[in-house]
Amino acid sequence: MSKLHEAIKERILILDGAMGTMLQRYKFEEEDFRGERFKDFAYPLKGNNDLLSLTQPEAVKAVHRAYFEAGADIAETNTFSGTTIGMADYHMEDLVYELNYQSAKIAREVANEFTDKPRFVAGSIGPTNRTASMSPDVNDPGFRAVTFDELRIAYKEQAEALIEGGCDILLVETIFDTLNAKAALFAIEEVKEERNIDIPIMVSGTITDASGRTLSGQTVEAFLISISHIPLLSVGFNCALGADQLKPYLKRLAHNTSFNISAHPNAGLPNAFGQYDQTAEEMQALIKEYLDDNLINIIGGCCGTTPEHIKLIAEVAAHYKPRVLEEA
Amino acid sequence: MSEGACNKYLKLSGLEPLIVTPETNFVNVGERTNVTGSRKFLRLIKEEKYEEALDIARAQVEGGAQIIDINMDEGMLDGVYAMTKFLNLIASEPDISRVPVMIDSSKWEIIEAGLKVAQGKCVVNSISLKEGKEAFLHHAKLVKRYGAAVIVMAFDEVGQADTYDRRIEICKRSYDILVNEINFPAEDIIFDPNIFPVATGMEEHRRNALDFFLATKWIRENLPYANISGGVSNVSFSFRGNDKVREAMHSAFLYHAIQHGMTMGIVNPEMLEVYDEIDPVLLEYVEDVLLDRRDDATERLLELAESYKSDAKSHEKAVQEWRNGSLQDRITHALVKGIDEFIEADVEEARQLVTRPIEVIEINLMAGMNVVGDLFGTGKMFLPQVVKSARVMKKAVAYLLPYIEAEKDGTTTSAGKVLMATVKGDVHDIGKNIVSVVLACNNFEIIDLGVMVPPEKIIETAVTEKVDIIGLSGLITPSLDEMVYLAKEMDKRDIKIPIMIGGATTSRAHTAVKIAPEYQSTVVHVNDASRAVTVAGNLLNKDKKIYASTIRAEYEAFRETFLNRQREKSYHTIEKARANKLQLDWEAFQSKKPNFIGTKTIEVKLEDLVPYIDWTPFFQSWQLFGKYPAILTDNIVGEQATILFEDAQRMLKQLLEENWLEAKGIYGIFPANQVNDDDIELYDENGNVLETFLTLRQQSQKTVGAPNIALADFIAPKETQKTDYMGAFCVTTGFGVDEKAKEFEEANDDYSSIMVKTLGDRFAEAFAEYLHEKIRKEIWGYASEEHLSNEELIKEAYKGIRPAPGYPACPDHLEKPTIWSLLNVEEKIGVTLTESMAMWPASSVSGYYFGHPESKYFGLGKIKEDQVRDYAQRRNCTYEYAAKWLNPNIAD
Repeated sequence: MSKLHEAIKERILILDGAMGTMLQRYKFEEEDFRGERFKDFAYPLKGNNDLLSLTQPEAVKAVHRAYFEAGADIAETNTFSGTTIGMADYHMEDLVYELNYQSAKIAREVANEFTDKPRFVAGSIGPTNRTASMSPDVNDPGFRAVTFDELRIAYKEQAEALIEGGCDILLVETIFDTLNAKAALFAIEEVKEERNIDIPIMVSGTITDASGRTLSGQTVEAFLISISHIPLLSVGFNCALGADQLKPYLKRLAHNTSFNISAHPNAGLPNAFGQYDQTAEEMQALIKEYLDDNLINIIGGCCGTTPEHIKLIAEVAAHYKPRVLEEA
Repeated sequence: MSEGACNKYLKLSGLEPLIVTPETNFVNVGERTNVTGSRKFLRLIKEEKYEEALDIARAQVEGGAQIIDINMDEGMLDGVYAMTKFLNLIASEPDISRVPVMIDSSKWEIIEAGLKVAQGKCVVNSISLKEGKEAFLHHAKLVKRYGAAVIVMAFDEVGQADTYDRRIEICKRSYDILVNEINFPAEDIIFDPNIFPVATGMEEHRRNALDFFLATKWIRENLPYANISGGVSNVSFSFRGNDKVREAMHSAFLYHAIQHGMTMGIVNPEMLEVYDEIDPVLLEYVEDVLLDRRDDATERLLELAESYKSDAKSHEKAVQEWRNGSLQDRITHALVKGIDEFIEADVEEARQLVTRPIEVIEINLMAGMNVVGDLFGTGKMFLPQVVKSARVMKKAVAYLLPYIEAEKDGTTTSAGKVLMATVKGDVHDIGKNIVSVVLACNNFEIIDLGVMVPPEKIIETAVTEKVDIIGLSGLITPSLDEMVYLAKEMDKRDIKIPIMIGGATTSRAHTAVKIAPEYQSTVVHVNDASRAVTVAGNLLNKDKKIYASTIRAEYEAFRETFLNRQREKSYHTIEKARANKLQLDWEAFQSKKPNFIGTKTIEVKLEDLVPYIDWTPFFQSWQLFGKYPAILTDNIVGEQATILFEDAQRMLKQLLEENWLEAKGIYGIFPANQVNDDDIELYDENGNVLETFLTLRQQSQKTVGAPNIALADFIAPKETQKTDYMGAFCVTTGFGVDEKAKEFEEANDDYSSIMVKTLGDRFAEAFAEYLHEKIRKEIWGYASEEHLSNEELIKEAYKGIRPAPGYPACPDHLEKPTIWSLLNVEEKIGVTLTESMAMWPASSVSGYYFGHPESKYFGLGKIKEDQVRDYAQRRNCTYEYAAKWLNPNIAD
């Protein structure tokens, strides 16, 4: 049994918090995003956070380090938008392999700095900015801006680079549209078969609002059924909602699956200025409710969370046993 | 990863889950979206009529299909294209895509195309060993990777299984390969052991049904977790054309198949009799055939079948079935469905059961209305339905009233007393009436003061009647100031009754920025009728103080950000804006001399206006949003829109036959020139100035090259020495509307009352459209060659415009008196202006005509104080007076 599988049986694993929130603190400008290597690149690059793994690797490493120091077991690579589809916005499709490989590599390096307990790297695979089961044009509901095969090819390239860069886990996250996630899972299965390897997969959907459904309209249960054909390390939810809003959906998920349950909620809902102002203490109290209900195997934070949040979450989680899986 | 026992059920998903457990009696698969089985569906797909094809899918789901089978296998079709397109379209119809899809094809590339566009867990129909083990495994692996369940046909390299032994042989072999060799989840395997026709007269077909039953049983007992499916209608193939026998046979077959363990099947629910209601003789004969109980079973059934031919099924029976329910169920049903046919009888029955007649309202009727309220609140009922419910409620209450009064104790417990009024100077009340009805449905007592209510009357009534909430409504912009004024007056008198604000021009911004600061108690903007109940409830419940302070805080925050944002916009001075006016090429332009110059009244038959009606705003006024005609098939509001539209057509017919309304109009066309940049002078035949229109000019800074437009830019400037022309008009279809609406109100029929008003408004707009076309093609005649469909008219594809004072291009209501005096509107057709310059009757439209091919609609946006001062001089009024009227457009 791998270290990861051992660890997840023993204790609740802590996932890190937001990467973007932390990187914003550096107030990087266009020239910082470009670095020396891309100083003459023909298109603006500010905002391409994934690129920072190449141009400001020390900053990215510092964020990983801060989370590990706060007690995180798992760091997510800085690759949320690292597909040819996501990078098309910056005309950087050709860099996708390198971005993912380097992001995984630097996360791995930081993880290796810590020897007190095993630390893991999860390759973050985001939803892309296109949806395979919804039309962006209300007047043409049959239209699709991306196809399953386009997604499958893009995800496959990302997954291969993440694995080669040293990831322990692949995390398909912030799933708005289940069909995108199915394409990612399909691609990962292809990679697994071609390389004859097994790599644990975490799947994390996003419930967009109080309707309790994904953006593509599925209920919690329908979402779960749609992605359960692949053996998963965990299934859970992240983003869009704060810990308190997410709780009922996590309960429904936990009630219906024998996979591990993960959650990385936002630090509350954004205020009128789009900022998250739930404090670490407030979030800790809400996460404690998850733990009291024995809902959780992996817990972390999404938008607006900081090492301070993760630290308090890790502290409270240390007092609880992980959710026990239903055996066959 | 361990798998819990709960994972051993077949689990499918669309937008919602479908889990097949032992408790699931039978999963019904819809079969009409299959080109091989439905000629209609094939035709629609061939003709690319996907909208209508979706209706078939929707009807199946509504009819109870838990999965829909989709098949595009036809020689002349591009199956990959059709499957992809249809599934993509289904994905955006939540009332269809809530159920899982069965992707049905004999071609693998069509199945794979379907799997690539379905987010849920589908069923693949089907794969088999027909092409050998290798192909079977290849397909099964992909099915698993795409995340679907699969139907496995009892078919192998040798052929299709047609005996019990062959069925179990092939199913066992398939199962072992799937489960043992590629770890295919056993619960995702669904066997189709082949349903073949019975009673064909062929000896070898005698056991077709029985062998299916027995094979089903064997599979359930020997192949753990596997499920069984089949196409049921095959079994009755010999009785095509004899629906009675087919329906009975399907039911009996299903009954036995389910007993033996069949879990799902492709069934047409309309071709199914209730098992217990099958004529016992017929049932016996059918079961003799299915179970192969007699040698002469087939002959006997064929003989009996003759007597059932052409026995039309009566559907009417079911319609009245609800009448057999309990008294409360009947009352609730009548309220929810808006059926008033039996309500008096039911209420009478209820009255005899209670000690005091008032209890019928408090208990029976309120229980029903609570259901209505819940359904409306959760988006399961729509406004027109609720208004119909209210009609039934009113009728019931009217019936009870004499009994209640006889008891001389009329005290009821209402949720609260709400005063409703359209403010002074405004005559529009459709929205206000809708809110009143919705509130009344929710047990609020309504005091409706009607339209054009002076502030003193609102305040006086509010105080003497001790109302709990005041609801203010208005449609035209001056009403906004009336609301501010009223709030100030109430504040002066230290009144603390909460105010709800609603109506087309009102907004959260205006309420927060302009009204709330004037009133120390609560004022809240309610943007649609469905929210009115919640808001009113919140204003009155025990936590109302918290709610009030939340609203106040919310509006304060809004006000701050709003005011901050406002300052960012930059404006030109009026001089600079004029220097940047729209420069048309007047050198090259020659205005068409109108065929008619002067003023003239016009009367038209209402029938002639019907084709010009734009129905989209009609639905909007009932809070059903979407474009006509697509709205009629909209997946959420389509059904209600269709019912509403049918009701409207019915009233329209009666309205035309009985001449409820009169269509009267007046128009004028005159020589005209632009003077001093922003004004337009109109001349008589001798060149004397008749009137001057004052237009307002955009002042916000534009992107380079974009002009700051005023309507005057569309008329040739006087200095060009070219004669240009412009027109003005007023049309009304409002005479008769109020009388008719009142008649309905007195008959407790708010639904019809609101209906006739919305129709009146539509006719007025249609009349304006009709007259504009006549102006363009004949009276002025500058576009005599124009040929436009009604849709193109609605899209304003024509040349020239007819902007109306009070609307975005010319928000200045004070232009209306100029039109009135120019055309002598009041004397000629009787339409008057209120002190807020609203037209009475409400169903009226007035405006200008501009003929220049480049004239277009635009929004004025905000203007600055310098233009207001300049305007006051031109209008010859004080700055304060001008500022009051232009207030909504003045930048802060």
